[in-house]
Amino acid sequence: MMGASGIQVGDVVVIERAHLERLFDALRQRGYQIVGPTVRDEAIIYDLLRSAEDLPIGWTDEQEGGYYRLKRRNDAAVFGYAVGPHSWKRFVHPPALRLWRAERTDGRFRIIEETETLPPFAFIGVRSCELHALAIQDRVFLEGAYVDPVYKARRSGAFIVAVNCGQAGGTCFCASMNTGPRVTFGFDLALTELLDAERHDFVVDVGTERGAELLGDVPYRAASDAERAAVDDLVAHTAAHMGRTMETAEIKELLYRHYEHPRWDDVARRCLTCGNCTMVCPTCFCTTVEDVTDLRGQRAERWRRWDSCFTLDFTYLAGGRVRASAKARYRQWMTHKLATWIDQFGTSGCVGCGRCITWCPVAIDITEEVRAIRESESTGSAPSPGKEQ
Amino acid sequence: MPRSRKPKLAVWKFASCDGCQLSLLDCEDELLAVAGEVDIAYFLEASRAVVKGPYDLSLVEGSITTPRDAERIHKIRRASKYLVTIGACATAGGIQALRNFKDVNEFLSIVYATPAYIETLKTSTPIADHVTVDFELRGCPINKRQLLEVLSAFLHGRRPNTPPHSVCIECKRRGTVCVMVARGTPCLGPVTHAGCEALCPSYHRGCYGCFGPMETPNTASLSAWWQRLGASEEDVVRAFRGFNAYADAFRKESERHEQ
Repeated sequence: MMGASGIQVGDVVVIERAHLERLFDALRQRGYQIVGPTVRDEAIIYDLLRSAEDLPIGWTDEQEGGYYRLKRRNDAAVFGYAVGPHSWKRFVHPPALRLWRAERTDGRFRIIEETETLPPFAFIGVRSCELHALAIQDRVFLEGAYVDPVYKARRSGAFIVAVNCGQAGGTCFCASMNTGPRVTFGFDLALTELLDAERHDFVVDVGTERGAELLGDVPYRAASDAERAAVDDLVAHTAAHMGRTMETAEIKELLYRHYEHPRWDDVARRCLTCGNCTMVCPTCFCTTVEDVTDLRGQRAERWRRWDSCFTLDFTYLAGGRVRASAKARYRQWMTHKLATWIDQFGTSGCVGCGRCITWCPVAIDITEEVRAIRESESTGSAPSPGKEQ
Repeated sequence: MPRSRKPKLAVWKFASCDGCQLSLLDCEDELLAVAGEVDIAYFLEASRAVVKGPYDLSLVEGSITTPRDAERIHKIRRASKYLVTIGACATAGGIQALRNFKDVNEFLSIVYATPAYIETLKTSTPIADHVTVDFELRGCPINKRQLLEVLSAFLHGRRPNTPPHSVCIECKRRGTVCVMVARGTPCLGPVTHAGCEALCPSYHRGCYGCFGPMETPNTASLSAWWQRLGASEEDVVRAFRGFNAYADAFRKESERHEQ
């Protein structure tokens, strides 16, 4: 179907860098609150943006295990960096949320429901791994027996401006996880930044009619075959330069064979059980619920906060903690992410974004942990499968 | 909830700087509500008027450093239905527990003109080393919101929400960028008990460990990483010898690096 702009879903057009602000204007006019990458506190984080000038223009990052540095680029690229410490999770699944309030009136307990009315989000610069992460969270929050109304409200109206990665970060491994770097679904518009001495443009894939309609307000022209080919080349180059790799063949079976592998003790010696990996993971979704009262006992509130399988309270049941040791907690997290998640939700819980590697204060690397267990099978240093130690 | 009488609250001071008691006065907006719900029976920092015990709730600030205080805390325990310690001194011995690593007589001879007048113990120890403590609230100083939470929980017979996990979780929830990863600034956050709402990292500084060890602190792993960031053995000792120097996990880690 032809949109008002004359563009169809599936079309590929080109927007000049100079007209990027028009895209922001068009989103604002339609009532979106625009969220995207921006520089703050020595990192590229996600926050509300007032204009395209708030984007990290001319900035990039250097990432390794437990290491992130913001760096200047020698050009004015707008999307010339990998993913940072934040993920879109904090907008669709807020870190702290009041679920309801209650008041005592005339000796009775009255619940006051939360009514959240937020303008819809427009997410700018969503990477392919992040679209996969959102799809994974959709399965958790929207497609199970219970739908999360907060997630649903925040997620369903969101306008997605995705970006094909022009470079891979030092801890990226989306190519191993089949989650990128090329954006393939879940976007309204997908941008690829083409920047050299002669040009600075965005090749735009139109993913939805909503996206096509928006382009009615932005100057564009049709993309040439050469420009389409340039996108392919760029994404292929990114895919070939991943900072990390993970062999995923039969990974579920591999981990199920090695619940008692000595490597878990090794990683437990390094693991701080601080929970950073779960907080930065774009798919980790666990929360705790806290009930609070005021001093007079007239008001109560129920809050939901991000929690982590690395805390002791997470598995606190009558009689104690189920996963008391660091070994049990790390094993639970990694095995859930890469193996039991597949049984539970039909896909891996890992999208290869590398955040857990970069933001682990002591550089524990999920790809290294998998490799160590896998290689121990071929070198014969693994304990016999299924044998309790 | 209709009460026959308001619970009697007492606030006691031992070796300390008074900062944690001040957190109660610092409640400002909520202070009237506190006074409305409890009978402030003993709180010398606020009033000379004293109501005799027993008390329903005693808040105890400070550590035990003198023979007299070692006796006094037992009397307070006997006069208190619930005893809650507030702050690093009362829960871990405080900064004054640095004496525990040295010979206190050497300090006495340096600090005091007439050391003979000073009657002190060799160590500064937490309240829980002397009497049964019902709840420990961490921090140097305590966080006033957490104090109000403990008081609310006490008044309504529920467990206080004072999670013992790392400071990192507080940083991440508020969206603060990790100072250790993004700046190479050594930070005690991964081994430190939450409760301050990750104050220092939000000002681009490493955590000083004011709230003491978190529930399962892996201090050895963190120290090893600090040293990779350029910290010396002495730096590591000094970092763990702060307000919570005598908390078990921090004490052991500093001793490990002193040898």
